[in-house]
Amino acid sequence: MDYMNAFIIGGLICVVGQLLLDVVKLTPAHLMSLFVVIGTVLDGFGLYDKLINVAGAGATVPITSFGHSLLHGAMAEAKDQGLIGIGMGMFSLTSAGISAAILFSFLASLIFKPKG
Amino acid sequence: MEGKLKDNYKNEIKKYQPKPKVFLNCIRAFIVGGLICLLGEVITKMFIGYFGFTEKNAGNPTIATLVLLSTLLTGIGVYDKIGQYAGAGSAVPVTGFANSMASAAIEHRSEGLVLGVATNMFKLAGSVIVFGVVSAYIVGLIRYAYRVFF
Amino acid sequence: MALVGKQTWEFTNGVYVQSTGTAVGPTEKEGPLSGTFDFSFNNLHCDEENWELAERALMRKAIQICIDKSGKTTDDIDVFLAGDLLNQNITANFMARELQRPFLCLFGACSTSMETTGVAASLIDNGYANSALAATSSHNSTAERQYRYPTEYGGQKPDSATFTVTGSGCLLLSREVTSIKVKYATIGTVQDLGIKNPYDMGSAMAPAAAYTIVQHFKDTNSMPHDYDLIVTGDLSTVGAPICRQLVKDEGYDVSKVYDDCGLLIFDREHQKVFSGGSGCGCSAVVTYGHLFQEMNRGTYKRILVVATGALLSPTMIQQKESIPTIAHAVVFEST
Repeated sequence: MDYMNAFIIGGLICVVGQLLLDVVKLTPAHLMSLFVVIGTVLDGFGLYDKLINVAGAGATVPITSFGHSLLHGAMAEAKDQGLIGIGMGMFSLTSAGISAAILFSFLASLIFKPKG
Repeated sequence: MEGKLKDNYKNEIKKYQPKPKVFLNCIRAFIVGGLICLLGEVITKMFIGYFGFTEKNAGNPTIATLVLLSTLLTGIGVYDKIGQYAGAGSAVPVTGFANSMASAAIEHRSEGLVLGVATNMFKLAGSVIVFGVVSAYIVGLIRYAYRVFF
Repeated sequence: MALVGKQTWEFTNGVYVQSTGTAVGPTEKEGPLSGTFDFSFNNLHCDEENWELAERALMRKAIQICIDKSGKTTDDIDVFLAGDLLNQNITANFMARELQRPFLCLFGACSTSMETTGVAASLIDNGYANSALAATSSHNSTAERQYRYPTEYGGQKPDSATFTVTGSGCLLLSREVTSIKVKYATIGTVQDLGIKNPYDMGSAMAPAAAYTIVQHFKDTNSMPHDYDLIVTGDLSTVGAPICRQLVKDEGYDVSKVYDDCGLLIFDREHQKVFSGGSGCGCSAVVTYGHLFQEMNRGTYKRILVVATGALLSPTMIQQKESIPTIAHAVVFEST
């Protein structure tokens, strides 16, 4: 059941993205930036956690979860440290993903040549 | 006598321009995007079951694993073909984010590690991080103020 | 030479195509015109370390073949005219550095082939050069990485997009009589009907091609049936019918003789090339290879080659500007 939910909800989020690309004619960069902001806003209303409970990876894998993680980390730290906590905690949950992307991209540039 | 094509050009040429196959593209995006998320679910369950992660923090190694996979597929020259087929189905999952960084890094290797790879790595992904952080600050401040004043 | 009409040059003293050279990449080799190219590389890197060096290798090969076929040496060339798609025209500049001949760099985007040919012919016709070399090139990856995205990026291109040709074409012109004469060149005026989509160059360039074609007919007092072939550079499946209609609106029906190099160079059914080929190399390798070969076979006696260029840059697209375009035309005749 978890697997089915992940597939369907993840797929639906991508369909929304595809419509924005084809019909609204956004560029990929605009689309991803919009989705990150949507993730942040949904988490602001406490809705994104509910989505993760239902969809599992169907909600954590799309780029929207990046916005959710940024806000989540910020709010968690703000609880302890006050206003300044927002900046302190912002990257705490996303650090693994971003660090991995930087490291692997760097290594890839050493190993692979572009194929065209 | 009909007007010339060049009067009102942008509207008149619409009949010559191919329409995007929206329905087909959505089906492909749904399937590929769904499969990537399904793979993410499988990986998450694996990290919880075999590596002792909890439901809360299994997301981190899952994303790192998907990033690694996407980088490898980008490096061997396959991800761009997946992307042409799947559109948003490969761009929206975090694999798309990783591909944007890996492809930029690989492409700019010819300009050296510092000015090429390192400088250009965030060429496409930078906007995601910038907008993510800025929106998180704004929403965070609003949430914080709400919490403090209400 | 005389100025004929508003913007057409007639080469009255006799300018002829001495020799040509074409070099292409693997995708072009697998297309319908595969037997017409002088040389093809079997890998996209053209045996070089990076994409920019690969494009230079293409131009170097095309130039070398062209000069060898003519029986002349590099020293016999009085002037070298070249251009390409890259910022600061690096391919052309670095080739000029190797060639060490008097050099004029020209930028016309994908219209560079006929721009360099027209200017070279005028220099010879007026006695400023006895022998002129005109070359242009494009490479799928250098264009992709400069104008759009890194080559391994997984973005999705629409059906209206075109596929930049990996190829270089070179032409040597002189006063020596040969089987192909350069008769006229019509210099285009920049056109812009407000198209902003860089993935639909056909729609943006069709007005420029139509303008130049119509102006050429008016300047030379000719009609479509005076030509065996009127071919545009790279309007693709989207721009070609638009161009035909725009020209028809002005009273000239070119449908019986019209074709497009971008449609000729690839097999759109079996090759993943979206709506057709594009790039400076497109019109060059098709004209200097296939079309001249057909002229020598007698299939065509008089052709009008209209190379079309989109004069855009990524910065200007991001600033939401529309795309200015231009087309230059040259008439080649069998003698």
